[in-house]
Amino acid sequence: MTLKILAEHVDAIYQQSIAEYPDECCGVIIGPEGSNSAEILKPMVNSAHSPTFYEFDSKDLLSLYRDLDDNSQELIVVYHSHTETEAYPSRTDIAYASEPNAHYVLVSTRKEIAPEREFRSYRIIDGIVTEEAVEIIAAIGE
Amino acid sequence: MPAPTIEVRIPTILRPYTNNEKVVSAEATNLSELITALDKNFVGLGDRLLENGELRRFINIYINDEDVRFMGSLDATLKAGDSVTILPAVAGGC
Repeated sequence: MTLKILAEHVDAIYQQSIAEYPDECCGVIIGPEGSNSAEILKPMVNSAHSPTFYEFDSKDLLSLYRDLDDNSQELIVVYHSHTETEAYPSRTDIAYASEPNAHYVLVSTRKEIAPEREFRSYRIIDGIVTEEAVEIIAAIGE
Repeated sequence: MPAPTIEVRIPTILRPYTNNEKVVSAEATNLSELITALDKNFVGLGDRLLENGELRRFINIYINDEDVRFMGSLDATLKAGDSVTILPAVAGGC
């Protein structure tokens, strides 16, 4: 299994994680229903404003799902950053993973790997984490 | 007066409880009654929404456009024409 993601989205997510440090950043990439195509990046506000937790604001969440419904789109990627730890889903990440069809992307900005950054993707279904390959593409449809 | 029929939108992760239906309905005058009615028709659904009789922290429930936490939670009243949406929180941490 593979996540295909645009280079510009990877960069934007890294930039967001740096801009929002020391808090975790978060957001989604959406695409047409059933397409598995990550097309439109939507950074979201971390209403927890915390270095160890993220949560979409409940009003933002409703607005997001209403838009998805209106436009026959779905969540393809749900991403967030780990500020000081590895880019691997934590127990909390696993417990709250409620989109079985989404690719869960994690980035890590932890200092010990700087200037390297970690960008990894996973499926989290029924509490089971499976890492998948990340293929960075230049344009949709590649 | 009979309780109003309320439309309830079910998130993907809970559709195994509702025979994969995206939208279901139940009769209720408040959220607590709604959840009881839903659980009666879709056994096990109540347990995904409640813990120790309270709404689970990481399940968001809306009546029309409002988060029920601002409307009295389980006491939030329902009237004819109301639409309820259930959305699990998108959250996590390190």
